[in-house]
Amino acid sequence: MRPGRAKKLWNWLAVYAFLYMVFLYAPVILLPLFAFNESTIIAFPLSGFTTEWFTVLVNNDALAQSVENSLFVAITTALVSTLLGACAARAAARYRFPGQKGVIGFIMLPLVLPEIIVAVALLVVLMQLGFSLSLWTVIAGHILICMPYSIAILSSAFQGLDRNLEEASFDLGETNWGTFKRVIFPLVLPGVISSLLITFTISLDEFIIAFFLTGTDATLPVYIWSQLRFPSKLPSIMALGTILLVLSIILLILAEWFRQRSAKRQGVEVAAGGFI
Amino acid sequence: MILNREARQGLTLISPTLVYALLLLAAPLLTVVTFSFWTQDYLDIDTTITLNNYREAWTQPIYRTLIFRSLWVSLVVTLVTVILAFPIAYYLSFHVTRRKALWLFLITIPFWTSYLLRVFLWKVILGYNGVLNSALTGLGIIDEPLTFLLYNVNAVVITLAHAWAPFAILPIFVALEKIDRSLLEAAEDLGDGAVRRFFRVTLPLAMPGVIASTLIVLIPTVGDFVTPRLVGGTDGLMISNMIQIQFGKANNAPLGAALAVSSMVIVSSISLVIFLVGKKFGGRVQ
Amino acid sequence: MSEKPIIELRDVVKTFGTVKALNGINANIREGEFFSLLGPSGCGKTTLLRMIAGFEDPSGGEILIDGKSMRGIPANRRPTNMVFQSYAIFPHLSVAENVAYGLKRKKLPKTEVTDEVNKALSMVDLSGYGGRAAHELSGGQRQRVALARALVMRPKVVLLDEPLSALDKKLREQMQVELRQLQQSIGITFILVTHDQEEALIMSDRIAVMFEGNIAQIDSPEGLYRHPVSKRVASFIGVMNFLDARATGQNDAGVSLDIPALGKVTVPASHVPDGLDANSVESVGVRPEMLTILFDERDTAEAVAKGVVTSTSYYGDMTYYSVALNGMKAPVTLSMRNTAGRSVLPAGSEVRVGWGAESIVLFE
Repeated sequence: MRPGRAKKLWNWLAVYAFLYMVFLYAPVILLPLFAFNESTIIAFPLSGFTTEWFTVLVNNDALAQSVENSLFVAITTALVSTLLGACAARAAARYRFPGQKGVIGFIMLPLVLPEIIVAVALLVVLMQLGFSLSLWTVIAGHILICMPYSIAILSSAFQGLDRNLEEASFDLGETNWGTFKRVIFPLVLPGVISSLLITFTISLDEFIIAFFLTGTDATLPVYIWSQLRFPSKLPSIMALGTILLVLSIILLILAEWFRQRSAKRQGVEVAAGGFI
Repeated sequence: MILNREARQGLTLISPTLVYALLLLAAPLLTVVTFSFWTQDYLDIDTTITLNNYREAWTQPIYRTLIFRSLWVSLVVTLVTVILAFPIAYYLSFHVTRRKALWLFLITIPFWTSYLLRVFLWKVILGYNGVLNSALTGLGIIDEPLTFLLYNVNAVVITLAHAWAPFAILPIFVALEKIDRSLLEAAEDLGDGAVRRFFRVTLPLAMPGVIASTLIVLIPTVGDFVTPRLVGGTDGLMISNMIQIQFGKANNAPLGAALAVSSMVIVSSISLVIFLVGKKFGGRVQ
Repeated sequence: MSEKPIIELRDVVKTFGTVKALNGINANIREGEFFSLLGPSGCGKTTLLRMIAGFEDPSGGEILIDGKSMRGIPANRRPTNMVFQSYAIFPHLSVAENVAYGLKRKKLPKTEVTDEVNKALSMVDLSGYGGRAAHELSGGQRQRVALARALVMRPKVVLLDEPLSALDKKLREQMQVELRQLQQSIGITFILVTHDQEEALIMSDRIAVMFEGNIAQIDSPEGLYRHPVSKRVASFIGVMNFLDARATGQNDAGVSLDIPALGKVTVPASHVPDGLDANSVESVGVRPEMLTILFDERDTAEAVAKGVVTSTSYYGDMTYYSVALNGMKAPVTLSMRNTAGRSVLPAGSEVRVGWGAESIVLFE
């Protein structure tokens, strides 16, 4: 390849990469713009700065209730899916058993299954069994779609664990439980935290399953969906979205930080892009 | 079969997760399939086995139109998303040497912000008085706001291409990262120019990643109903919206189940074809 | 070192599925000795070590440590401690915490733990390194930490699984000597697994040579080198020339042989393995250093053969010559120490090669 031509190609690619990032961030950047915009109409030109839409949020009981519901759902989902994910990730990383690939593949299935299929399937079963819809049914669905993410994150944590470390611990007189407490858990803890944060974030944002499986208690996305119909409510929804955006970014940075620390602890080179 | 100790320990450890997935995924999926052979009889379910739902799903023009439109939109979205994603993955893998992780992080961040709001904001961007139109009129490029942007299939494609971008970029990026750089030097050494080298070495080796991207985008997009509902207008509605209506207002769950099963069967077979074709082209890899 | 066995292996068998990894191992390892399990990869040596440690269960037979059967006793309750090939230093703990890891279960007072840790660290020349993090250590230092962590437990047996294979050549040679000296000064039994015959020879009191799940020979390094029981052992330990031979007689004095490459000889009875049937001898072995080139015409030897140098390899201190003897096609290898007044002979040189009856190794 002639150097001149190669350089030109890279320049074009860099321009493309920049435009692509603009495309990716276009909606995200609008969010805070309209959140602080005075006008009730979500359109350009912007009219003036205000924090009014944030204060509106504070005195909204329905919103407060949905936030509370969402936190309950997300925290429970994060705990259970990380626990179940840890079992599967550990089994996949440490043991060999017949049908392993199939079992893991099946558990990871919700990653590619359309959410509406998961939602509809659960709905049908719950209806047949006569369960009434509640936040618990939403949690059941969320755990299902969060487990694959948890497994993906924890698999790398467990795979980085040198099996000899466990043997060394046994060899030095430790029991199974002692080895777990003193060697395995401290080494995978950052991965566990990372998994908790990611599954929390996914559950907090999930709409389709929540929409199908929730009863009278709305989660936050379901509440937002109901408000999108009312133009007058939109600016405060923008404000809410801005808060969620900031929250998500903080959680993600924390998750990434913990993930890298996990790798560092195990002396493994930090691999890029651990989220997916 | 007698299992050794390791196999038994492994199975014991994974059993809680597996049981959960069996109870809340396998069993429900099977129930949906069963349901699709039953009939809704006002408030009751008639459990006689019948193909009526499928007959209706496949013959009624409205359902046929929706299923084919869903597939068509998903295929277009997938194509657009993967083609747009490839150069980015290529750029990241071959040109960015420092802070690769940061780039990947930046690419994933928009994905983690509220999905509903992202879709809604595309409506704001593409609308009649939207960001794009007001910017273009402001700059004097157009006199009248463009109307082909919102409430049609275009808007659905743009929005979904945006929503699935990281899912398309990452598998391709991983595949490109795996390519041994000395292979490229070997190709050059053997006389290939940049373009020939790309098509003869880089692309075939990246094929598994491209196939993974394609499938990861294609399958879930068929099932999306938020995007068509918010930005698709009446011409942009997809099968998922109909499934949702059948399970909701129309109160005909068996028909909804038949529609869901039908679309999953079709999209699975298309995926299988793509996978097999991809395997044929990228089969020598690995 | 005593004759008392600290470890007894009785018909130890290990099968993985249908694959037999060990077919009935019998051996006694003596208290206080440095014992090596030597063999090519896949010979079962690591499996055997891991069974002694308690990480694998024997499929048959029994392992006794200090007279007690280890059946059903897990790794954490055996009086053995292991130095792993990867060292397995706990990455989240400091050097001192690593060494103190096993003491925690012994419920010792804190000051005593600190004392023990410091003692162990000074034993491996790492005094003052206690506060270091695991990732700040070099390969050699990690190896020492792993050793200190095992020694601090005061085990009856220390098990070492290829502990030096990750180190570079220089450091490895230095550690071989250090490990040997340390073992001799503390007197604990060491069992080393290695595929490096030189390492085994340098460090061990006794070596078990293993092939395909069987012990081929157990002997001291010198015994192994000088009296290998089979051609396979002979070629695994050092270099051995194999020469066609035919027995012409056997009596109380020894075995008479006709070796076409060298000539006729009678190997004295003291060098004939017990119970050897002379008629089954088809070839004999002779080490390169047992053959000498007689550079000066006046030099003599017990017996002399004539040959032509076909090629040479210069090693600095030594030169290896390939010499075709007595008109034979296949050359033998012989090694000569280089001296100040002598340069390497060119290929094609005609030489006289001196040898002796006692250097001939007989195989069945």
